[in-house]
Amino acid sequence: MTTAPASTGARRRRRDDTRLALLFIAPATIGLLVFYFWPLLRGVWLSFTSWDVLTPATFIGVDNYTAMVADPVFWNAVRVTALYVVINIGVQTVVALLIAVLMQRLSQSILLRSLVLTPYLVSNVVAALVFLWILDFQLGIGNNILEGLGLDRVGFFTSEEWVIPTIALVNVWRHMGYTALLIFAGLLTIPPTMYEAARVDGASEVRSFFSITLPLLRPILGLVLIVSVIGSFQVFDTVAVTTSGGPVDASRVLQLYIYEKAFAQFDFGYASALSVALLLLLMIVTFLQYRVTRAGQSDLS
Amino acid sequence: MTQAATTDPAGARRRRGPRMTAGRFFAWVVMIIILIVTLFPFYWVLRTALSSNAALYVDPSAIGPVGTGFGAFARVFGQQSVEEAIAQGGSGASIDFWRYLRNSIVVATTVTVFQVFFSAMAAYAFSRLRWRARNQVFSLFLLSLMVPTIFTLLPNFLLIRQLGLIDTLVGIMLPGLFMTPFAIFFLRQFLMNISTEVEEAAQIDGASKTRVFFVLAIPMTVGPIATIAILTYINSWNDYFWPLMVSYTDSSRVLTVALGNFNAQTPQTGPDWAGLMAATLVAALPMLLLFMAFARRIVSSIGFSGIK
Repeated sequence: MTTAPASTGARRRRRDDTRLALLFIAPATIGLLVFYFWPLLRGVWLSFTSWDVLTPATFIGVDNYTAMVADPVFWNAVRVTALYVVINIGVQTVVALLIAVLMQRLSQSILLRSLVLTPYLVSNVVAALVFLWILDFQLGIGNNILEGLGLDRVGFFTSEEWVIPTIALVNVWRHMGYTALLIFAGLLTIPPTMYEAARVDGASEVRSFFSITLPLLRPILGLVLIVSVIGSFQVFDTVAVTTSGGPVDASRVLQLYIYEKAFAQFDFGYASALSVALLLLLMIVTFLQYRVTRAGQSDLS
Repeated sequence: MTQAATTDPAGARRRRGPRMTAGRFFAWVVMIIILIVTLFPFYWVLRTALSSNAALYVDPSAIGPVGTGFGAFARVFGQQSVEEAIAQGGSGASIDFWRYLRNSIVVATTVTVFQVFFSAMAAYAFSRLRWRARNQVFSLFLLSLMVPTIFTLLPNFLLIRQLGLIDTLVGIMLPGLFMTPFAIFFLRQFLMNISTEVEEAAQIDGASKTRVFFVLAIPMTVGPIATIAILTYINSWNDYFWPLMVSYTDSSRVLTVALGNFNAQTPQTGPDWAGLMAATLVAALPMLLLFMAFARRIVSSIGFSGIK
């Protein structure tokens, strides 16, 4: 083998590698088919059935969907989830943009970037528990500071009007650094000469932010938004750990409702219909965002 | 600014020093406030974990630890007797923290090793091997990048249940063992950018493609492989929803799930905050240490080179 002349080697290289390739992608393909595509089909199928796991599933057509449309808890979950996403994404994008621009302007040191990213390294569960303690009604430092400032204590996780904003902000805390680094990477693609030119023309920092940075960042900001909105819609961990959906239904987000339907009430058919609804919701939102932000096209030409 | 720094370092230094304008000063103030918001919770966890729970109820807001000691950590690791634990505000319930820690390590390590290896193999096939349906198959993998995890969780749970793997570590690990589309995509991106010359030379010398993969491709992409391995490890360690579905007893409970149970186990006298924060700290610490060791690598891997 080692003495094979160069010509056969060259011919072998041009040769079709199909057999070897199939071997190499075999494990990944098993993963793809068994844990991505099969569940996708099965999930859709289950949404048309009634199934409590113990007895065989029975086909019931669109009954789950008609029940869903008439289910006030479902609509409440949609509303709560949407509220969560709006607050979470709104605040997170603004703060992350601010951090990214500050990093670009002040210091590009790895240390600063690492410090900003740190919260992202802990799990949602850890972040949730830490803020459960910091914002505890009686003992939390957050409420003690509020009281020290002469304000009323706030039941961050226990009052209906505060619970969703609180959970949204906890997750802003965990994700803002990561989002900032994504935006920061986008900022680096803007040629510095554009800022130089603006400076020569006497443009202020604020002006060059609005007339250079934002327009040129738009495609990347669009992608960041799409990715983070998809993530945001799937909120579960923080809610499950801190409130389990309460008080009453004030923080019962879609994923928590799906989980409870399946694992507390063993209604897998209905839970599957709910996740199909979530998937459709995600697809519509992503499509709209893609259109609105024109994330695919760049103005950098 | 970057322009000045690359072409004229002396000028950049001059600018950074005395030319601290009001705007720059204000910008630093904002940045420092952001850093305080980012890092204060970590300090507060440490401070609480080093306090005694009883003292916390008396003096919750002192900036340093109150009733300082390592009692909370002792409680977490089961080094206190039940009476001691209850006296210090713990629930007294036996928490098998070592087991959760061990489960988390087993799951994250196994998933990382297999997932990264299999993903690297696939990435190699999608970048280096020539075969007919290569691009079509690859776009199928890309398609799976769009499937939100929630949608696969319920059916995957049912599959794991049919396989009789509920409440086992294997059941938790199985869906993640084979690949993630992101890992394949990430590694393929790097392989595409590495010159094929060395590999071609090796093949002319008669090395098989399999041998080239193990002896050349893997060592040459060791950097990206390390990056994706670290990211996989962290994600796996922090995962909560899936292990929550699969594990029912201590035998398969990982750290995140065990910590998430806390609310249900609160003793009558009020939560054991010191113990909880100690446990939280121990659960987060391995990832923070991993991050410290590889910060440069992780930080610079976050960008859009992978998505476009």
